[in-house]
Amino acid sequence: MKYLFYPGCSMHGSALEYQTSMLAVLEAMGAEIKELDDWTCCGASVASVMSDLLGLALPARNLALAEAADGGRPLLVGCSSCYTNLRRTALAAANPATLAKINQALKVENLTYHGAAPGETRHLLDVLANDFGPDAIRACVKRPLTGLKVAPYYGCQTVRPYSPFDDSQHPTSMVGILEALGATVYHYSHEATCCGTALLTTKPHVGFEIVGQILDGASAADCLAAVCPMCHLNLDSYQDHVSKALARSEPINIPVLFLPQLIGLAFGLPDDQLLLKRHVVSAAPVLARLPTQ
Amino acid sequence: MTPTSPEVIDLTQVKRNLAFSDQLTPTHKLRTCIQCGTCTASCPSAEAMDISPRQMWRMVNLGLEDEVLHSKTMWLCTICYQCSVRCPRGIPLTETIAKLKQLAIQARIQEWSESTKFYKSFSDVMRTYGRMREMEFMARYFLATNLFAAIPFTGMAMTMFVRGKLKPELPKLGGAGRLDRLFNRVAELEGRK
Repeated sequence: MKYLFYPGCSMHGSALEYQTSMLAVLEAMGAEIKELDDWTCCGASVASVMSDLLGLALPARNLALAEAADGGRPLLVGCSSCYTNLRRTALAAANPATLAKINQALKVENLTYHGAAPGETRHLLDVLANDFGPDAIRACVKRPLTGLKVAPYYGCQTVRPYSPFDDSQHPTSMVGILEALGATVYHYSHEATCCGTALLTTKPHVGFEIVGQILDGASAADCLAAVCPMCHLNLDSYQDHVSKALARSEPINIPVLFLPQLIGLAFGLPDDQLLLKRHVVSAAPVLARLPTQ
Repeated sequence: MTPTSPEVIDLTQVKRNLAFSDQLTPTHKLRTCIQCGTCTASCPSAEAMDISPRQMWRMVNLGLEDEVLHSKTMWLCTICYQCSVRCPRGIPLTETIAKLKQLAIQARIQEWSESTKFYKSFSDVMRTYGRMREMEFMARYFLATNLFAAIPFTGMAMTMFVRGKLKPELPKLGGAGRLDRLFNRVAELEGRK
Protein backbone atom coordinates (compact mmCIF):
# COMPACT_ATOMS: atom_id res chain seq x y z
CA MET A 1 0.00 0.00 0.00
CA LYS A 2 1.27 3.42 -0.94
CA TYR A 3 0.73 6.64 0.97
CA LEU A 4 1.70 10.25 0.78
CA PHE A 5 2.62 11.42 4.29
CA TYR A 6 1.69 14.79 5.79
CA PRO A 7 3.67 14.91 9.07
CA GLY A 8 2.39 18.17 10.56
CA CYS A 9 4.54 20.39 12.73
CA SER A 10 4.64 18.38 15.98
CA MET A 11 6.08 15.34 14.23
CA HIS A 12 9.29 17.21 13.54
CA GLY A 13 9.48 18.48 17.12
CA SER A 14 7.94 17.15 20.29
CA ALA A 15 6.36 14.08 18.68
CA LEU A 16 9.30 12.83 16.61
CA GLU A 17 8.91 9.43 18.29
CA TYR A 18 5.36 9.23 16.90
CA GLN A 19 6.52 9.84 13.33
CA THR A 20 9.52 7.52 13.66
CA SER A 21 7.55 4.62 15.12
CA MET A 22 4.62 5.13 12.74
CA LEU A 23 6.81 4.97 9.66
CA ALA A 24 8.77 2.00 11.02
CA VAL A 25 5.64 0.01 11.76
CA LEU A 26 3.95 0.76 8.45
CA GLU A 27 7.10 -0.07 6.52
CA ALA A 28 7.48 -3.31 8.48
CA MET A 29 4.03 -4.24 7.14
CA GLY A 30 5.05 -3.43 3.59
CA ALA A 31 3.68 0.10 3.13
CA GLU A 32 5.48 2.52 0.87
CA ILE A 33 5.48 6.04 2.23
CA LYS A 34 6.62 9.30 0.70
CA GLU A 35 6.65 12.58 2.61
CA LEU A 36 4.77 15.45 0.98
CA ASP A 37 7.31 17.97 -0.30
CA ASP A 38 7.13 21.58 0.88
CA TRP A 39 4.23 21.01 3.28
CA THR A 40 3.30 23.79 5.68
CA CYS A 41 1.26 24.10 8.89
CA CYS A 42 -2.43 23.15 8.60
CA GLY A 43 -3.37 26.19 10.66
CA ALA A 44 -4.11 24.09 13.77
CA SER A 45 -6.99 25.50 15.80
CA VAL A 46 -5.61 28.98 15.24
CA ALA A 47 -6.06 29.90 11.57
CA SER A 48 -9.87 29.69 11.53
CA VAL A 49 -9.91 32.03 14.53
CA MET A 50 -7.81 34.56 12.63
CA SER A 51 -10.08 34.40 9.56
CA ASP A 52 -12.50 32.05 7.77
CA LEU A 53 -10.47 32.02 4.58
CA LEU A 54 -7.11 31.53 6.30
CA GLY A 55 -8.65 28.53 8.09
CA LEU A 56 -9.34 27.00 4.67
CA ALA A 57 -6.36 28.28 2.67
CA LEU A 58 -3.69 26.80 4.95
CA PRO A 59 -5.01 23.22 4.82
CA ALA A 60 -5.89 23.65 1.12
CA ARG A 61 -2.30 24.60 0.33
CA ASN A 62 -1.27 21.12 1.48
CA LEU A 63 -4.18 19.38 -0.22
CA ALA A 64 -3.22 21.10 -3.48
CA LEU A 65 0.38 19.92 -3.07
CA ALA A 66 -0.87 16.39 -2.40
CA GLU A 67 -3.03 16.39 -5.53
CA ALA A 68 -0.11 17.57 -7.62
CA ALA A 69 2.41 15.21 -6.00
CA ASP A 70 1.08 11.81 -6.75
CA GLY A 71 -2.45 11.09 -7.86
CA GLY A 72 -4.11 8.16 -6.25
CA ARG A 73 -2.06 7.99 -3.09
CA PRO A 74 -4.10 8.63 0.05
CA LEU A 75 -2.71 11.34 2.34
CA LEU A 76 -1.64 9.75 5.63
CA VAL A 77 -1.93 11.97 8.71
CA GLY A 78 -1.00 11.11 12.30
CA CYS A 79 -2.09 14.30 14.04
CA SER A 80 -5.80 14.50 14.76
CA SER A 81 -5.88 18.29 14.51
CA CYS A 82 -4.23 18.25 11.05
CA TYR A 83 -6.63 15.48 10.09
CA THR A 84 -9.65 17.54 11.15
CA ASN A 85 -8.44 20.65 9.32
CA LEU A 86 -7.63 18.83 6.09
CA ARG A 87 -10.95 17.00 6.04
CA ARG A 88 -12.96 20.08 7.05
CA THR A 89 -11.38 21.95 4.14
CA ALA A 90 -12.00 19.15 1.64
CA LEU A 91 -15.66 19.07 2.71
CA ALA A 92 -16.02 22.85 2.49
CA ALA A 93 -14.46 22.82 -0.99
CA ALA A 94 -17.39 20.79 -2.28
CA ASN A 95 -19.09 24.19 -2.48
CA PRO A 96 -17.86 25.68 -5.79
CA ALA A 97 -17.93 29.27 -4.45
CA THR A 98 -15.76 28.28 -1.48
CA LEU A 99 -13.35 26.37 -3.71
CA ALA A 100 -13.06 29.39 -6.02
CA LYS A 101 -12.27 31.63 -3.05
CA ILE A 102 -9.63 29.19 -1.79
CA ASN A 103 -8.00 29.16 -5.20
CA GLN A 104 -7.98 32.95 -5.40
CA ALA A 105 -5.86 32.81 -2.26
CA LEU A 106 -3.64 29.92 -3.40
CA LYS A 107 -2.75 31.75 -6.60
CA VAL A 108 0.06 33.56 -4.78
CA GLU A 109 1.58 30.16 -4.02
CA ASN A 110 1.16 29.09 -7.67
CA LEU A 111 -1.12 26.30 -6.55
CA THR A 112 -4.59 25.15 -7.49
CA TYR A 113 -6.75 22.89 -5.39
CA HIS A 114 -9.20 20.82 -7.41
CA GLY A 115 -11.23 19.66 -4.46
CA ALA A 116 -10.00 16.13 -3.81
CA ALA A 117 -12.50 14.04 -1.87
CA PRO A 118 -12.20 14.19 1.94
CA GLY A 119 -11.83 10.41 1.88
CA GLU A 120 -8.34 10.81 0.46
CA THR A 121 -7.10 12.16 3.79
CA ARG A 122 -6.66 9.25 6.17
CA HIS A 123 -5.81 9.11 9.87
CA LEU A 124 -3.08 6.69 10.93
CA LEU A 125 -5.57 4.86 13.17
CA ASP A 126 -7.94 4.38 10.22
CA VAL A 127 -5.09 3.04 8.08
CA LEU A 128 -3.91 0.65 10.80
CA ALA A 129 -7.40 -0.59 11.68
CA ASN A 130 -8.88 -0.77 8.20
CA ASP A 131 -6.21 -0.87 5.47
CA PHE A 132 -4.08 -3.34 7.39
CA GLY A 133 -6.36 -4.62 10.16
CA PRO A 134 -5.73 -6.88 13.14
CA ASP A 135 -4.86 -9.97 11.06
CA ALA A 136 -2.05 -8.28 9.11
CA ILE A 137 -0.77 -6.76 12.36
CA ARG A 138 -0.91 -10.10 14.20
CA ALA A 139 1.09 -11.70 11.40
CA CYS A 140 4.04 -9.37 12.17
CA VAL A 141 4.02 -9.85 15.95
CA LYS A 142 7.25 -11.44 17.20
CA ARG A 143 6.98 -10.55 20.85
CA PRO A 144 3.37 -10.46 22.06
CA LEU A 145 2.49 -7.89 24.71
CA THR A 146 0.95 -10.63 26.85
CA GLY A 147 -0.28 -9.39 30.20
CA LEU A 148 0.11 -5.71 29.37
CA LYS A 149 -3.03 -3.73 30.23
CA VAL A 150 -3.38 -0.88 27.74
CA ALA A 151 -5.94 1.93 28.07
CA PRO A 152 -6.77 3.22 24.58
CA TYR A 153 -7.07 6.99 24.36
CA TYR A 154 -8.70 8.31 21.18
CA GLY A 155 -9.21 11.91 22.25
CA CYS A 156 -11.62 14.08 20.37
CA GLN A 157 -10.68 15.04 16.83
CA THR A 158 -9.49 11.54 15.92
CA VAL A 159 -13.11 10.43 15.95
CA ARG A 160 -15.12 13.61 15.46
CA PRO A 161 -16.60 15.43 13.73
CA TYR A 162 -15.22 14.63 10.26
CA SER A 163 -14.05 11.13 10.92
CA PRO A 164 -16.00 8.41 9.12
CA PHE A 165 -14.06 5.38 10.33
CA ASP A 166 -15.19 5.06 13.94
CA ASP A 167 -17.98 5.97 16.33
CA SER A 168 -17.73 9.53 17.62
CA GLN A 169 -18.89 8.53 21.13
CA HIS A 170 -17.67 4.98 21.64
CA PRO A 171 -14.75 4.35 19.30
CA THR A 172 -13.35 0.83 19.06
CA SER A 173 -10.67 0.97 16.34
CA MET A 174 -7.83 0.35 18.80
CA VAL A 175 -9.40 -2.73 20.38
CA GLY A 176 -8.68 -5.17 17.55
CA ILE A 177 -5.18 -3.75 17.08
CA LEU A 178 -4.24 -4.01 20.77
CA GLU A 179 -5.67 -7.52 20.99
CA ALA A 180 -3.69 -8.52 17.90
CA LEU A 181 -0.56 -7.42 19.79
CA GLY A 182 -1.51 -9.76 22.63
CA ALA A 183 -2.28 -6.89 25.01
CA THR A 184 -5.30 -6.65 27.29
CA VAL A 185 -7.55 -3.70 26.49
CA TYR A 186 -8.45 -1.69 29.59
CA HIS A 187 -11.73 0.17 29.07
CA TYR A 188 -12.60 3.33 31.01
CA SER A 189 -15.04 6.16 30.55
CA HIS A 190 -12.72 8.84 29.14
CA GLU A 191 -11.44 7.16 25.97
CA ALA A 192 -12.92 9.77 23.64
CA THR A 193 -13.03 12.83 25.88
CA CYS A 194 -10.87 15.85 25.19
CA CYS A 195 -7.28 16.19 26.49
CA GLY A 196 -7.76 19.89 27.19
CA THR A 197 -5.63 21.02 24.21
CA ALA A 198 -4.43 24.62 24.61
CA LEU A 199 -6.04 25.07 28.02
CA LEU A 200 -2.96 23.43 29.55
CA THR A 201 -1.13 26.59 28.50
CA THR A 202 -3.76 29.33 28.64
CA LYS A 203 -5.91 28.14 31.59
CA PRO A 204 -3.67 25.52 33.22
CA HIS A 205 -5.90 24.76 36.20
CA VAL A 206 -8.88 23.96 34.01
CA GLY A 207 -6.61 21.83 31.82
CA PHE A 208 -5.15 19.96 34.82
CA GLU A 209 -8.66 18.96 35.96
CA ILE A 210 -9.45 17.58 32.51
CA VAL A 211 -6.18 15.63 32.22
CA GLY A 212 -6.57 14.41 35.83
CA GLN A 213 -9.95 12.84 35.04
CA ILE A 214 -8.55 10.96 32.05
CA LEU A 215 -5.47 9.71 33.91
CA ASP A 216 -7.58 8.71 36.92
CA GLY A 217 -9.90 6.78 34.64
CA ALA A 218 -6.97 4.87 33.16
CA SER A 219 -5.00 4.49 36.42
CA ALA A 220 -5.52 0.73 36.73
CA ALA A 221 -3.90 0.17 33.31
CA ASP A 222 -0.15 -0.25 32.71
CA CYS A 223 -0.10 2.53 30.11
CA LEU A 224 -2.22 4.62 27.78
CA ALA A 225 -2.07 4.42 24.00
CA ALA A 226 -2.35 7.75 22.14
CA VAL A 227 -2.82 8.58 18.46
CA CYS A 228 -2.31 12.36 18.44
CA PRO A 229 0.76 14.48 19.34
CA MET A 230 -1.30 17.04 21.27
CA CYS A 231 -3.09 14.41 23.35
CA HIS A 232 0.23 12.76 24.07
CA LEU A 233 1.91 15.98 25.13
CA ASN A 234 -0.90 16.87 27.51
CA LEU A 235 -1.27 13.41 29.05
CA ASP A 236 2.46 12.68 29.36
CA SER A 237 4.16 15.97 30.19
CA TYR A 238 1.93 17.48 32.86
CA GLN A 239 1.48 14.57 35.26
CA ASP A 240 3.51 16.27 38.05
CA HIS A 241 1.52 19.48 37.64
CA VAL A 242 -1.75 17.58 37.61
CA SER A 243 -0.82 15.69 40.80
CA LYS A 244 0.03 18.96 42.56
CA ALA A 245 -3.01 20.86 41.28
CA LEU A 246 -5.32 18.06 42.41
CA ALA A 247 -3.40 17.69 45.72
CA ARG A 248 -2.69 14.00 45.25
CA SER A 249 -0.82 12.28 48.08
CA GLU A 250 0.26 9.62 45.59
CA PRO A 251 1.61 11.33 42.46
CA ILE A 252 0.08 10.26 39.15
CA ASN A 253 2.67 8.36 37.15
CA ILE A 254 1.40 6.39 34.20
CA PRO A 255 3.33 5.96 30.95
CA VAL A 256 1.66 7.23 27.78
CA LEU A 257 2.87 5.57 24.58
CA PHE A 258 1.97 6.26 21.01
CA LEU A 259 0.03 3.33 19.54
CA PRO A 260 2.70 2.62 16.88
CA GLN A 261 5.34 2.43 19.63
CA LEU A 262 3.34 -0.41 21.21
CA ILE A 263 2.92 -2.07 17.83
CA GLY A 264 6.65 -1.70 17.19
CA LEU A 265 7.47 -3.29 20.55
CA ALA A 266 5.34 -6.28 19.62
CA PHE A 267 6.99 -6.42 16.19
CA GLY A 268 10.35 -6.59 17.97
CA LEU A 269 11.62 -3.36 16.36
CA PRO A 270 14.77 -1.82 17.87
CA ASP A 271 14.55 1.30 20.03
CA ASP A 272 16.06 3.60 17.39
CA GLN A 273 12.81 3.03 15.48
CA LEU A 274 10.57 3.52 18.50
CA LEU A 275 12.37 6.20 20.56
CA LEU A 276 10.81 5.08 23.82
CA LYS A 277 13.13 7.18 25.98
CA ARG A 278 11.76 10.54 24.85
CA HIS A 279 8.69 10.68 27.05
CA VAL A 280 8.51 12.70 30.25
CA VAL A 281 7.02 9.74 32.14
CA SER A 282 9.39 6.83 31.69
CA ALA A 283 8.17 3.91 29.60
CA ALA A 284 10.49 1.57 31.56
CA PRO A 285 7.67 -0.02 33.66
CA VAL A 286 5.95 -1.01 30.41
CA LEU A 287 9.11 -2.65 29.08
CA ALA A 288 9.62 -4.39 32.42
CA ARG A 289 6.19 -6.03 32.20
CA LEU A 290 6.83 -7.57 28.82
CA PRO A 291 7.67 -11.25 28.78
CA THR A 292 11.40 -11.82 28.35
CA GLN A 293 12.35 -13.31 25.06
CA MET B 1 -16.97 45.86 31.14
CA THR B 2 -17.39 42.75 33.20
CA PRO B 3 -19.60 39.94 32.02
CA THR B 4 -23.19 40.38 33.08
CA SER B 5 -24.53 37.73 35.38
CA PRO B 6 -26.70 35.67 33.08
CA GLU B 7 -29.28 34.85 35.73
CA VAL B 8 -31.54 37.85 35.24
CA ILE B 9 -31.20 40.16 32.27
CA ASP B 10 -33.75 42.91 31.74
CA LEU B 11 -33.99 42.97 27.97
CA THR B 12 -35.43 46.48 28.00
CA GLN B 13 -32.31 47.78 29.69
CA VAL B 14 -29.55 46.30 27.52
CA LYS B 15 -28.19 47.03 24.10
CA ARG B 16 -29.10 44.27 21.65
CA ASN B 17 -27.92 43.40 18.18
CA LEU B 18 -30.84 41.42 16.81
CA ALA B 19 -28.84 40.35 13.76
CA PHE B 20 -26.03 38.84 15.89
CA SER B 21 -27.20 35.23 15.60
CA ASP B 22 -27.59 35.37 11.84
CA GLN B 23 -24.20 37.05 11.46
CA LEU B 24 -22.67 34.06 13.21
CA THR B 25 -24.52 31.36 11.29
CA PRO B 26 -25.85 32.65 7.98
CA THR B 27 -27.90 29.47 7.65
CA HIS B 28 -30.02 30.65 10.64
CA LYS B 29 -29.31 27.31 12.29
CA LEU B 30 -28.60 28.86 15.66
CA ARG B 31 -32.18 30.14 15.69
CA THR B 32 -33.37 26.54 15.94
CA CYS B 33 -31.72 26.02 19.36
CA ILE B 34 -34.22 24.43 21.75
CA GLN B 35 -32.18 25.14 24.90
CA CYS B 36 -31.93 21.45 25.78
CA GLY B 37 -28.53 21.91 27.41
CA THR B 38 -26.85 18.94 25.69
CA CYS B 39 -23.98 21.29 24.80
CA THR B 40 -23.37 22.24 28.43
CA ALA B 41 -23.68 18.66 29.61
CA SER B 42 -21.15 17.53 26.99
CA CYS B 43 -18.58 20.27 27.53
CA PRO B 44 -15.34 19.29 29.32
CA SER B 45 -14.75 22.83 30.57
CA ALA B 46 -18.31 24.10 31.20
CA GLU B 47 -17.73 24.24 34.97
CA ALA B 48 -15.04 26.88 34.57
CA MET B 49 -17.14 29.14 32.33
CA ASP B 50 -18.86 32.32 33.47
CA ILE B 51 -21.76 31.64 31.10
CA SER B 52 -22.63 28.04 30.26
CA PRO B 53 -22.74 27.07 26.57
CA ARG B 54 -26.53 26.71 26.66
CA GLN B 55 -26.92 30.16 28.23
CA MET B 56 -24.49 31.65 25.75
CA TRP B 57 -26.42 30.39 22.70
CA ARG B 58 -29.62 31.81 24.18
CA MET B 59 -27.86 35.16 24.70
CA VAL B 60 -26.61 35.07 21.12
CA ASN B 61 -30.17 34.55 19.87
CA LEU B 62 -31.34 37.42 22.06
CA GLY B 63 -28.71 39.66 20.49
CA LEU B 64 -26.68 40.23 23.68
CA GLU B 65 -23.53 40.73 21.67
CA ASP B 66 -21.48 42.68 24.24
CA GLU B 67 -22.16 40.23 27.06
CA VAL B 68 -21.22 37.27 24.86
CA LEU B 69 -18.09 38.81 23.37
CA HIS B 70 -16.79 39.82 26.81
CA SER B 71 -17.45 36.44 28.41
CA LYS B 72 -14.81 33.85 29.13
CA THR B 73 -16.86 31.01 27.66
CA MET B 74 -15.48 30.86 24.10
CA TRP B 75 -11.90 30.92 25.40
CA LEU B 76 -12.51 27.78 27.42
CA CYS B 77 -13.68 25.82 24.39
CA THR B 78 -11.20 23.03 23.68
CA ILE B 79 -12.60 22.43 20.17
CA CYS B 80 -13.49 18.83 21.03
CA TYR B 81 -16.68 18.95 18.92
CA GLN B 82 -18.66 16.95 21.49
CA CYS B 83 -21.43 19.60 21.60
CA SER B 84 -21.54 19.76 17.80
CA VAL B 85 -21.92 16.05 17.22
CA ARG B 86 -24.50 15.70 20.00
CA CYS B 87 -26.60 18.82 19.23
CA PRO B 88 -30.09 17.51 18.35
CA ARG B 89 -30.56 20.48 16.02
CA GLY B 90 -27.32 19.87 14.15
CA ILE B 91 -26.00 23.37 14.85
CA PRO B 92 -22.27 23.70 14.04
CA LEU B 93 -21.54 24.99 17.56
CA THR B 94 -17.77 24.46 17.60
CA GLU B 95 -17.30 26.33 14.34
CA THR B 96 -19.58 29.10 15.57
CA ILE B 97 -17.28 29.48 18.58
CA ALA B 98 -14.34 30.05 16.20
CA LYS B 99 -16.45 32.80 14.64
CA LEU B 100 -17.11 34.33 18.08
CA LYS B 101 -13.38 34.34 18.79
CA GLN B 102 -12.78 36.12 15.47
CA LEU B 103 -15.28 38.83 16.44
CA ALA B 104 -13.81 39.22 19.93
CA ILE B 105 -10.30 39.59 18.49
CA GLN B 106 -11.52 42.09 15.87
CA ALA B 107 -13.34 44.06 18.58
CA ARG B 108 -10.07 44.09 20.55
CA ILE B 109 -11.74 42.78 23.68
CA GLN B 110 -9.19 43.18 26.45
CA GLU B 111 -10.30 40.41 28.81
CA TRP B 112 -8.80 36.94 28.42
CA SER B 113 -5.77 38.28 26.61
CA GLU B 114 -3.85 35.13 27.61
CA SER B 115 -5.99 33.38 25.03
CA THR B 116 -5.93 36.02 22.29
CA LYS B 117 -2.14 36.29 22.67
CA PHE B 118 -1.87 32.52 22.38
CA TYR B 119 -3.53 32.72 18.97
CA LYS B 120 -1.47 35.73 17.95
CA SER B 121 1.86 34.11 18.95
CA PHE B 122 0.97 30.88 17.16
CA SER B 123 -0.14 32.72 14.05
CA ASP B 124 3.05 34.81 13.95
CA VAL B 125 5.31 31.75 14.16
CA MET B 126 3.26 29.93 11.52
CA ARG B 127 3.45 32.91 9.21
CA THR B 128 7.19 33.35 9.68
CA TYR B 129 8.36 29.76 9.22
CA GLY B 130 5.41 28.07 7.53
CA ARG B 131 5.66 25.44 10.24
CA MET B 132 5.29 25.58 13.99
CA ARG B 133 8.36 25.96 16.15
CA GLU B 134 7.15 24.88 19.54
CA MET B 135 9.94 26.49 21.61
CA GLU B 136 9.73 29.85 19.90
CA PHE B 137 5.94 29.81 20.10
CA MET B 138 6.06 29.20 23.86
CA ALA B 139 8.75 31.87 24.31
CA ARG B 140 6.70 34.42 22.36
CA TYR B 141 3.56 33.49 24.25
CA PHE B 142 5.04 33.86 27.73
CA LEU B 143 6.85 37.07 26.73
CA ALA B 144 3.57 38.53 25.44
CA THR B 145 1.54 37.49 28.50
CA ASN B 146 3.39 36.91 31.75
CA LEU B 147 6.91 35.63 31.87
CA PHE B 148 6.47 34.58 35.51
CA ALA B 149 3.67 32.24 34.50
CA ALA B 150 6.32 30.19 32.69
CA ILE B 151 8.30 29.51 35.89
CA PRO B 152 6.24 26.52 37.11
CA PHE B 153 6.81 24.88 33.72
CA THR B 154 10.59 25.26 33.58
CA GLY B 155 11.23 21.88 35.22
CA MET B 156 9.00 20.14 32.72
CA ALA B 157 10.58 22.06 29.84
CA MET B 158 14.05 20.99 31.04
CA THR B 159 12.97 17.34 31.13
CA MET B 160 11.56 17.66 27.63
CA PHE B 161 14.72 19.35 26.47
CA VAL B 162 16.95 16.64 27.93
CA ARG B 163 14.78 13.92 26.32
CA GLY B 164 15.10 15.68 22.96
CA LYS B 165 11.44 16.67 22.75
CA LEU B 166 12.21 20.38 22.49
CA LYS B 167 14.41 21.42 19.66
CA PRO B 168 16.19 24.77 20.01
CA GLU B 169 16.39 26.74 16.78
CA LEU B 170 17.68 30.24 16.16
CA PRO B 171 14.84 32.69 15.63
CA LYS B 172 14.60 34.45 12.32
CA LEU B 173 14.93 38.22 12.74
CA GLY B 174 13.49 40.32 9.94
CA GLY B 175 13.06 39.35 6.29
CA ALA B 176 9.97 37.99 4.60
CA GLY B 177 8.01 35.26 6.35
CA ARG B 178 7.42 31.93 4.62
CA LEU B 179 3.66 32.46 4.46
CA ASP B 180 3.56 36.28 4.20
CA ARG B 181 2.25 36.14 0.64
CA LEU B 182 -0.61 33.81 1.50
CA PHE B 183 -1.52 35.69 4.71
CA ASN B 184 -1.49 39.01 2.83
CA ARG B 185 -3.53 37.64 -0.04
CA VAL B 186 -6.17 36.27 2.36
CA ALA B 187 -6.36 39.64 4.14
CA GLU B 188 -6.75 41.39 0.80
CA LEU B 189 -9.53 39.03 -0.33
CA GLU B 190 -11.34 39.53 2.97
CA GLY B 191 -11.08 43.27 2.65
CA ARG B 192 -8.89 43.65 5.73
CA LYS B 193 -6.13 45.46 3.92
